[in-house]
Amino acid sequence: MASRINLDFILEVLDAATSVEDLRELIKRICDSFGVNHGMYHWVDSAGDHYYFGTYSDEWVTRYQERAYVRVDPVIIGCHQRFHPVDWRRLDWSPKAAREFLQDALDHDVGNQGYSIPIRGPNGQFALFTISHTCDDAEWDKFTERHSRDLILLGHYMNRKVLEFEPDRGPDQVQPLSPREIDALTLLAMGYSRAQVAKTLSISEHTLRVYIESARFKLGAINTTHAIARAISLGLILI
Amino acid sequence: MLRYVYAQDLAQFEPLARSMFRDRADQFKTRLGWDVQVDRNSEERDSYDALNPLYVIWENADGSHGGSMRFLPSTGPIMVNDVFADLNDGKRISSPLIWECTRFCLSRGAQGGVAGALTLGGLELMRNFNIAHFAGVFDRRMVRIYRALGFSPDIIGTKGSGRDRVCLGLWEYSRAAYDRVAKLAGISAEQSTLWFDLSLGGAQAPVPQAMALTA
Repeated sequence: MASRINLDFILEVLDAATSVEDLRELIKRICDSFGVNHGMYHWVDSAGDHYYFGTYSDEWVTRYQERAYVRVDPVIIGCHQRFHPVDWRRLDWSPKAAREFLQDALDHDVGNQGYSIPIRGPNGQFALFTISHTCDDAEWDKFTERHSRDLILLGHYMNRKVLEFEPDRGPDQVQPLSPREIDALTLLAMGYSRAQVAKTLSISEHTLRVYIESARFKLGAINTTHAIARAISLGLILI
Repeated sequence: MLRYVYAQDLAQFEPLARSMFRDRADQFKTRLGWDVQVDRNSEERDSYDALNPLYVIWENADGSHGGSMRFLPSTGPIMVNDVFADLNDGKRISSPLIWECTRFCLSRGAQGGVAGALTLGGLELMRNFNIAHFAGVFDRRMVRIYRALGFSPDIIGTKGSGRDRVCLGLWEYSRAAYDRVAKLAGISAEQSTLWFDLSLGGAQAPVPQAMALTA
């Protein structure tokens, strides 16, 4: 599986997305970049209706709906209303219906490993972003350890985008950066090291990291460089 | 032992949950004099308990509550943003990699190791779920306690004075912090992992044959 991933590129594609079809393409790119077989975005609205798009075969998606697997799928049962990322190995696969479902999923090439990120949106909106793959446990441990934070952020950014597509919702304004966040990004953009920035702002490097992390999420950025670039392009910081 | 329980599953641990909410009333209203709501069963709850938070709870040998804390992701409603925004220049903290920790509570008769075990429980969440930071507001008297437990926050804002002084702190995950807290608490990483797995999967359910397949 890939060790170096061009997340900036993925986020550019995400920013430019204007339709669910674009996001389906984006998920393909995510799978290619991370070197995994499948990615799925799954959304449950406040009426309890389910929508999904991703790389599972049409045959499997149809079958999943026809058999109402949403009622027995341990991923759905284990993630709904929760907020921690879930490795599929931690789910309860012991009920008979779950085992039969698993066998069917394996037969349809879903993969034996998965990592699902529950996302709690506004007003009871709930979504799941899932990556699945076929590999042994050791390889999957390595993969999740290395990539889970990126996947968590990507899942949330994708959900933000999907919410923009809702008919009665305009795009979210970028949340304003706090003065400290602006100071931190500005100094970093000027080429200061983290230690120098922390010293200049009279804060610890640890606190600085929280400012950067918070700013990064507000900006929909995956790393510091990307956050700086976005803050500049949005006119939030001037250098 | 430590349990990790979402609010929606508390009904399965009724005596434990009841004594947790009672001990919270005792700590926050009776002992600290906070302005919190206590119901006629002497249980303390607030609106965040209704958001299906994740609790980390120390369960005594007799099944009662020894101590606990409560977690919510900062992407949704949290006290730091709703109630204590002035502690952070009025600006929101929001990231799926930052969770808020609130209602750190010890029962009156809690044994010495409970606070350390809970702190390790928090680090166990960070380790398993790749949470980078916790944020939390606490009474200034906790500063020394956190230091003694081996997991001190960075304090980024304070307000009030004397008895009413509260602080906004940020805790950062590191493996070194995990190991330090485990050592101070006298709990092995294996033991802590086992408790975590018992609550959040991985220990009790046998892996089905098909999942154990190797590539």
